[in-house]
Amino acid sequence: MNTKSQNHLEISGVSVELGGFRVVDNVSFSLEDGEIGSLLGPSGCGKTTLLRTIAGFEQPSQGRIQIRGQTVSGAGQHLAPERRRIGMVFQDLALFPHLTVFGNVGFGIRQRGQDAIRRRVFKLLELVGLERYADMYPHELSGGQQQRVALIRAIAPGPDLLLLDEPFSGQDLELREQLAREIREVLRQDGVTALLVTHDQLEAFAFSDLVGVINSGRLHQWDFGYNLYHWPANRFIAEFIGRGVFIQARVLDENQLDTTFGVLAGEMSVSYPNGTEVDLLLRPDDIHYDPRGHITARVESSAFRGADHLYTLVLNDGSRVMCQVPSHHAHQPGGEIRIRLDLQHMVVFPRAGLPDLGAHVRGRH
Amino acid sequence: MRSVALPAGGNALGLLRLPGGWAIAGALTSLIILMPIGAVCVYLFTPASENWPHLVDTVLPEYVRNSLWLMVGVTLGAGSIGITTAWLTSMYRFPGRNLLTWLLLLPLAMPAYIIAYTYTGMLDVSGPFQGWIRGSFGLSYGEYWFPEVRSIGGAIVMFSLVLYPYVYLLTRAAFIGQSVCVLEVSRTLGCSPWKSFSKVAVPLARPAIVAGLSLALMETLADFGTVQYFGVSTFTTGIYRTWFGMFDAVAAAQLSAFLLIFVFALILLERWSRRRAHFHHTTNRYQRLPDIRLSRGWAALAFIACLLPFLFGFVIPTIQLIIWALETYETMIDRRFVTLAWHSFSLAAGAAVVARVAALILGYGNRIHPSRAMRFFSRLSSMGYAIPGTVIAVGVLIPFGALDNALNRWTREYFDMGVGLMFSGTVFVLLFAYTVRFLAVSLQTVEAGLEKVKPAMDDAARSMGSNRASVLREIHLPILKGSLLTAIVIVFVDVMKELPATLILRPFDFNTLAVRAYELASDERLADSSTAALAIVAVGIIPVILLSGAISRSRAGTRPI
Repeated sequence: MNTKSQNHLEISGVSVELGGFRVVDNVSFSLEDGEIGSLLGPSGCGKTTLLRTIAGFEQPSQGRIQIRGQTVSGAGQHLAPERRRIGMVFQDLALFPHLTVFGNVGFGIRQRGQDAIRRRVFKLLELVGLERYADMYPHELSGGQQQRVALIRAIAPGPDLLLLDEPFSGQDLELREQLAREIREVLRQDGVTALLVTHDQLEAFAFSDLVGVINSGRLHQWDFGYNLYHWPANRFIAEFIGRGVFIQARVLDENQLDTTFGVLAGEMSVSYPNGTEVDLLLRPDDIHYDPRGHITARVESSAFRGADHLYTLVLNDGSRVMCQVPSHHAHQPGGEIRIRLDLQHMVVFPRAGLPDLGAHVRGRH
Repeated sequence: MRSVALPAGGNALGLLRLPGGWAIAGALTSLIILMPIGAVCVYLFTPASENWPHLVDTVLPEYVRNSLWLMVGVTLGAGSIGITTAWLTSMYRFPGRNLLTWLLLLPLAMPAYIIAYTYTGMLDVSGPFQGWIRGSFGLSYGEYWFPEVRSIGGAIVMFSLVLYPYVYLLTRAAFIGQSVCVLEVSRTLGCSPWKSFSKVAVPLARPAIVAGLSLALMETLADFGTVQYFGVSTFTTGIYRTWFGMFDAVAAAQLSAFLLIFVFALILLERWSRRRAHFHHTTNRYQRLPDIRLSRGWAALAFIACLLPFLFGFVIPTIQLIIWALETYETMIDRRFVTLAWHSFSLAAGAAVVARVAALILGYGNRIHPSRAMRFFSRLSSMGYAIPGTVIAVGVLIPFGALDNALNRWTREYFDMGVGLMFSGTVFVLLFAYTVRFLAVSLQTVEAGLEKVKPAMDDAARSMGSNRASVLREIHLPILKGSLLTAIVIVFVDVMKELPATLILRPFDFNTLAVRAYELASDERLADSSTAALAIVAVGIIPVILLSGAISRSRAGTRPI
């Protein structure tokens, strides 16, 4: 973990209480200059509160928030939101209805000279392809255009940190990813450090370098998207990110597991004493359709998804797994198919109901 | 303490956060506003005055009977006009429809007592119409039948002509809000156009119709000028007579309380039907209205059906007023008229500003400290719109009269001199009563305006370097400006038109346009009353224009602003 003070945003041990409830619980993470991060979690998990605390709209009950090495919250200090040099994009965008696009984008830099404002606003409008809309009012724009205006309004003053609170949630699915990519590109060009809050994992992966998964106010893992999927730190993350099922297994030694598929070998996420009963995570992409495979399974149900089918399969011992099969291999429910296991590594957790022995978080590389 | 259920945005309301200051200000404001209603209600439970048994034996049954008849008649009259015109203008296309859509609102500008004066002038025995009948048929008075204008039937017609716009307005909004799909489904299920109107559209719009009717009925119960002039005894005339004729404050208050029972029933009816109205929105996606083009004959009928209410409710009385005014303006527009106009104007402007300040306190209180108690208070304070002016006058005079008496006793004792009726005998009490009566209008507009300022806008501005004061100045004020202006204009005009409370509460020798029109008409100087009446009608048109603008902007299928 990087501990040098050049971190651009440093959250250390932050807790926030609202109305007597601890909504954010002892959260720590950091972003380097120019990095883009996401806070991902189900609704009501505290991610928005954390974002608003960083912005200065809420005060932490414990911990410290530093932006560019300056403490803005905590240790008896609280810098007012308007003095933190942050930009924020809101879920409902909050464009000012009485101002034109130009007026909105120029709002944060209105104390500069006329020429400077014009130049900055038009440079940003050009960046998002809206220079022809400068004199229109927000309600005359489409949803995607409003989004872009809200974004450049937030980065116009050149903030030290940009915070985005589910800004894409109002858009339809297709537009969302496109916007997320587009906006990421704009931020890259401007070298902006940003933190996004979202409940949509694809959006988080498309938008950011690092993703933190939050549940019930606690940060469970702060990591690259790849690691969240392949090396989830705990059951919650394993279930929240991607699809998958757990099957029962027993530890034979540090590289081998005994399972219903036979003995499996590979790198294990956590080491447990030999003989420990564990659950092994199987992703749909770990299980391949293979006519020459050694394992037979019964198709319980299938969902056609265009490029592939997602089958729910029942194994001989009654346990269920999911399997992605290319589109043209259609099998009816009730039929049997042969499958093959292709595990690069093995993610195991102590058997449900038993205490978690190895809370080993890999952290960033 | 803030509740957890509050959305995260709730903290943005921390703008202007004072420790409970807004909540206290809000609660105080509503308590003051509610005082007169409370004062009257107390008399429901106090022992009756000596006049009460006498009132119960003689006039009370008549009051109840007349009020009920008026309500039945207005329900039928205003209801049928309002629903028909709403349906025609929202579903069919015929020449002149767009114009008629807002012309149909204009009778709202015409106070019932003024339309009553003009029709009496035209249709009475001595009026031009009956004169023409006698002249052309060689008949004399008594040899032919002509309906008596100054009767309960006449009053029903007058009320229906000026109150149908309430039904029209709300019903039309409901028709427009109904998803056209529902109507189309009913057609595919085998309903004829007429059947889908009567079996689907009207039942779906029923809550709106009931809400519109209860507003019209509240106005009917509150009316004083028309029934007084027509000699139809109702509660309002009874209260007036008991107060000024018998000088019996207790009996007047008890009559007021009795009338309030009717009013509360209507308030409940209106609230209940408005709540139900929400359930009828099946979808948020509106289609364009069907806009059925009518064949020539039907189009002509639809045109006439929509023209007649406007003609009788606005054009004819206005023309009559103009004719009278042209005959009399030289003697009527003098120094005195200027004083009257100034009184009306300053009272209306003062009340509008006071009501707006009260509405802002309640509105911001609600926004900054959203709590159930706060919401309850502001709902309660906006009840005034349903309370008849006569009742509010009585309710205001009782506490302030007592306050003045106590004050005078005290000053006599300590300073050996009285201070006079500082509250109950001055313009203060008038302004107070107006605020109670019209706060609801102001509050509604201010709240609608505040709703447009999303909490995130406060946050956005602050994250871009605005402090709290400049958020108010640069964001709230510009966005609210329109609503604040509307609130002022609407209350202003309502005060201009208000008659009974002004009549009872005005300081000695203090007249307004409305009171002057009433006095002249009561002296059978109808033509002389026309200049004052015309001035009131002219001012009354302003909010109707505002209203029609708001309607066309909020038409379904267009982007809401």
